[in-house]
Amino acid sequence: MATVTMTVNGTSYTNDVEPRLLLVHYIRDVLGLTGTHVGCDTSQCGACTIRLNGRAVKCCTMFAVQANGADITTIEGMASDGELHPIQQGFWDEHGLQCGFCTPGMIMLAQQFLERNPNPTEQEIRRGLAGNLCRCTGYHNIVKAIQNAARKGQPA
Amino acid sequence: MIPSSFEYFAPTTLSEAQTLLRRYGGDAKVVAGGHSLIPLMKMRLSEPGYLIDLGGVDELSYIREDDGGLAIGAMTTYYDIESSPLVKTKYPVLAEATALVADIQVRNKGTIGGSMAHADPSADLTAVVLALEAELRSGSSRAQRSMPAHRFFVDTFTTTLRDNEILTEIRLPALPAKTGGAYRKFANKASHFAEVGIAALVTIDGGVCQRVRIGVTGAGPIASRARGAERALEGKEPTQRNIATAANRAGRGIEFQSNIHASAEYRAHLTTVYARRALEEAVSRAG
Repeated sequence: MATVTMTVNGTSYTNDVEPRLLLVHYIRDVLGLTGTHVGCDTSQCGACTIRLNGRAVKCCTMFAVQANGADITTIEGMASDGELHPIQQGFWDEHGLQCGFCTPGMIMLAQQFLERNPNPTEQEIRRGLAGNLCRCTGYHNIVKAIQNAARKGQPA
Repeated sequence: MIPSSFEYFAPTTLSEAQTLLRRYGGDAKVVAGGHSLIPLMKMRLSEPGYLIDLGGVDELSYIREDDGGLAIGAMTTYYDIESSPLVKTKYPVLAEATALVADIQVRNKGTIGGSMAHADPSADLTAVVLALEAELRSGSSRAQRSMPAHRFFVDTFTTTLRDNEILTEIRLPALPAKTGGAYRKFANKASHFAEVGIAALVTIDGGVCQRVRIGVTGAGPIASRARGAERALEGKEPTQRNIATAANRAGRGIEFQSNIHASAEYRAHLTTVYARRALEEAVSRAG
């Protein structure tokens, strides 16, 4: 066992974990934050996307021990005081989801994408979403949701 | 998917990592960004007893000018490379290829050194370092060595790195003036791995292709140089016809791979088509 300490959505957690425990399982099963999903489990679908020290990463392809000392944001950390984050609001306004399984990962990725490219073209958004799969929507409303957030000039 | 158990180490210096590797050698794996190794561990295709994580070895993450070229630390991430003004200015072909690796999340975590050491036959940057004639530096706790990229890659997932060695740096030599480069690939739609990827560099002076370098990835068991195609274009004018003739030779000597994604015949076809497109683009950027 190894001891890990990390900050998740502003709260510091310390736990003893097996080195082979994946970060996504630590977040879901140990911390009980089940908004981060396990989709393909092979780092292709992006459902497990979180922000780790500012970078959007697929946390099914990391061990919890590798995140020792890290500052993490999950989908649960996006809204504040009952107010949706502008990207979440964009998904709400444009109906950017059907079943919702991919949505947390889409939002966590979209935040990083818009930080790096605040005024993207539709083509750039579609390319930017390369690491996130949705099996319901055909991506159309997801693209519109991100355009909606971009128009509002979403804060980081 | 749950990997089998292992002991985990997070060294903070290269020498500490090398000492650990000397101690655990063949039963240890070195992890960089983890996007190749960790999936293999989850599928239990790799079951190391010891995992040595270079994530905290900050001294291996840098991009700096070196002798007219660039030295890139092995732990430099794809994102740091694609967004580097130095890389964009001096080796736009590397920035272009890096921005096409996988997706944003993977590029945030994956490293150039991990890609080299893993030697996936469909990796993108292997073709680019071959075309750039990069030198790969590695070191054990006892010695350092350097070798040209074309000698580093041996076979699928196999390099000349020894059990006690860590890849430390990728050195890109200065390019001749009037050189244009391009990377073109036919990507797998899910993984974005290259079914075939071509990195081409063409130096044009006096209306003639003075120097041509072509790296091919995805086609065969490991990335390789297309020397026949290079020779076919060197000394010639960069006409459509000469480029097509050279591109037709890009697959020479490659043992084309066949799998669920593409047959050997299709990969052979893609190699010709993408070699032509990469050469045409490189020519348009040269001079």
